[in-house]
Amino acid sequence: MTTTEPTPNSFRNQPDERGHFGQFGGRYVAETLMPLVLDLEREYRAAQQDPAFAAQFDDLLEHYVGRPSPLYYAERLTEEVRKTAPDGKGAQIWFKRDELNHTGAHKINNCVGQILLAIRMGKTRIIAETGAGQHGVATATVCARFGLPCFIYMGAKDIERQQPNVFRMRLLGAEIIPVTSGAGTLKDAMNEGLRDWVANVHDTFYIIGTAAGPHPYPELVRDFQSVIGKEARTQMLSRINRLPDLLVAAIGGGSNAIGLFHPFLDDKDVEMLGIEAAGHGLQKEHAASLAGGRPGILHGNKTYLLQDADGQIAEAHSISAGLDYPGIGPEHSWLKEIGRVRYDSVTDTEALAAFQLLCRTEGIIPALEPAHAIAAVEREAKKMDRDQIILANLCGRGDKDIFTVAEALGTTI
Amino acid sequence: MTRLSTAFSKPHPALVAFITAGDGDTAANLDALVAGGADVIELGMPFTDPMADGPAIQEANIRSLNAGTTTADIFALASAFRKRHPNTPLVLMGYANPMTIRGGDWFASECNKAGVDGVICVDIPPEEDPELGPALRSAGIDLIRLATPTTDVARLPAVLDGASGFLYYVSVAGITGLQVAAQTSIDEAVVRLKAQTDLPVAVGFGVRTPEQAANIARVADGVVVGSAIVELVAQHGANAAGPVRDYVASLKHAIVEARKA
Repeated sequence: MTTTEPTPNSFRNQPDERGHFGQFGGRYVAETLMPLVLDLEREYRAAQQDPAFAAQFDDLLEHYVGRPSPLYYAERLTEEVRKTAPDGKGAQIWFKRDELNHTGAHKINNCVGQILLAIRMGKTRIIAETGAGQHGVATATVCARFGLPCFIYMGAKDIERQQPNVFRMRLLGAEIIPVTSGAGTLKDAMNEGLRDWVANVHDTFYIIGTAAGPHPYPELVRDFQSVIGKEARTQMLSRINRLPDLLVAAIGGGSNAIGLFHPFLDDKDVEMLGIEAAGHGLQKEHAASLAGGRPGILHGNKTYLLQDADGQIAEAHSISAGLDYPGIGPEHSWLKEIGRVRYDSVTDTEALAAFQLLCRTEGIIPALEPAHAIAAVEREAKKMDRDQIILANLCGRGDKDIFTVAEALGTTI
Repeated sequence: MTRLSTAFSKPHPALVAFITAGDGDTAANLDALVAGGADVIELGMPFTDPMADGPAIQEANIRSLNAGTTTADIFALASAFRKRHPNTPLVLMGYANPMTIRGGDWFASECNKAGVDGVICVDIPPEEDPELGPALRSAGIDLIRLATPTTDVARLPAVLDGASGFLYYVSVAGITGLQVAAQTSIDEAVVRLKAQTDLPVAVGFGVRTPEQAANIARVADGVVVGSAIVELVAQHGANAAGPVRDYVASLKHAIVEARKA
């Protein structure tokens, strides 16, 4: 292991025993769920101490998911960015290729971990919420792999705009339950997931898709996703014997970002940048909770939320269904407040341009989520010296997004 | 004696009636609840994301928010209710974010000024009590906690610690207004809860008919009815007061008679 153990002043000691990351996080759930959430925490602590659990997780990640994912130097993209950079500027751009995982995104890492926990707890029915459908597909995949019935809550609006993933989930044997309440997007799907869970606590495990929700979800999702950063750190050191100067990742709930960032948090020379979705622009409709929201309580945790003065939650907007959520994982809220990670945002238009740039320069069709990160990478690389290194998380591939992109570009397919 | 403890000291169990603030003619509906014989009023604070509620109350929340209901409007409704009904206890029920967004102290102080007697917050379990509990207690507002079928004997003391007013037993593991608990499971639960607390125990979730109310009234200190009343408001819109009063009166009659039998 190249990752060092956390020290008392580490940034990697969160959350505290009550599940709080500073003022954020916690367990804001109905009493019916509270005993279950406490059970889950006990079972997770036991699993953390159990070498057999780690061995089974690692084995599935290697042979079923296809890890480790490659670390890739994007030479042509680097050259392209340098063309419009000031003299001597234009950092080297590297990608962690989590889009090459089985199912096409980082989401599967977390689903493998959580279904092993569900089996440990003797649960026989799996539920999940999904926005873009990537987490739904990953959940349906592990349910098929382990033979457990799977019910996916998905907003009616998202079902309409993500038909290929809806069909994938059905092929994998999952039942899709359309959610028509609210705006029919990810937030509403999560409400319905929680309503199902509260009514079926005896046999049901809720596989939450991002590093949010009541404790211990933000912690365990982060831990399962940290395989991204652990691998990247080892790969960087073995390939070029140094750490990157800047890490960049897109953030909806923030699971791919925290997975990349967390193992580097105590490397004080490594800067980190999380990219929220600015949608039509921060003065218009967007999904940038840190930039445009303030702390509040929703879906089991305290975190930055898009909301009005009375605490009513606003609808988010992003071209990327996976970033279209009015909140963010609580650890990101904490990392913002203490200043360890910098956060910025990228609009729909900028993400679309970056999406096309990566297709043409590297032969990689990214998902719209990491396209946001790539747009920021372009911006940042031009400010940095040529011997500096940016590592971005290419957390998903873009097959699912070609219809959305075609529509945005005015093309019919 | 507080208004709440007085309401639970009557010769019959208390009828606890819920409506959503800002849905229909709330002032008239509140008066109808009192006229029908409700002993305790729960006034729901609408929230965009009511995770513990079934379709009836979800839709009431949406109707209320679409009509532009604000937190200030809710406190104005409560203040006016208190002037019209000096003796009927009024409890605000809702979710953590609208209650804490301006700080727990602000919320407790507004409750105090409006004559609110108690608060039920669905998504602040005892583990997160510092968010709202200390502010309510120091303002003299009862913090009413929820116990559920999943709250076992070992956990119950944590739920009771800092609770006052009454204990709200959620009789089904589920959301509001849908399933109905078996009467035997309610009977057992109430006996178990009363063995561990002196607080009055009110039972709710899924209670619709006078007969169900009467069965619960034979064992519990209170019967909570929500979704069925909210559905009447949905059905009758601005003219719901009459049907609400008549329905509440039918529940009350059943509850009073239940203890005489």
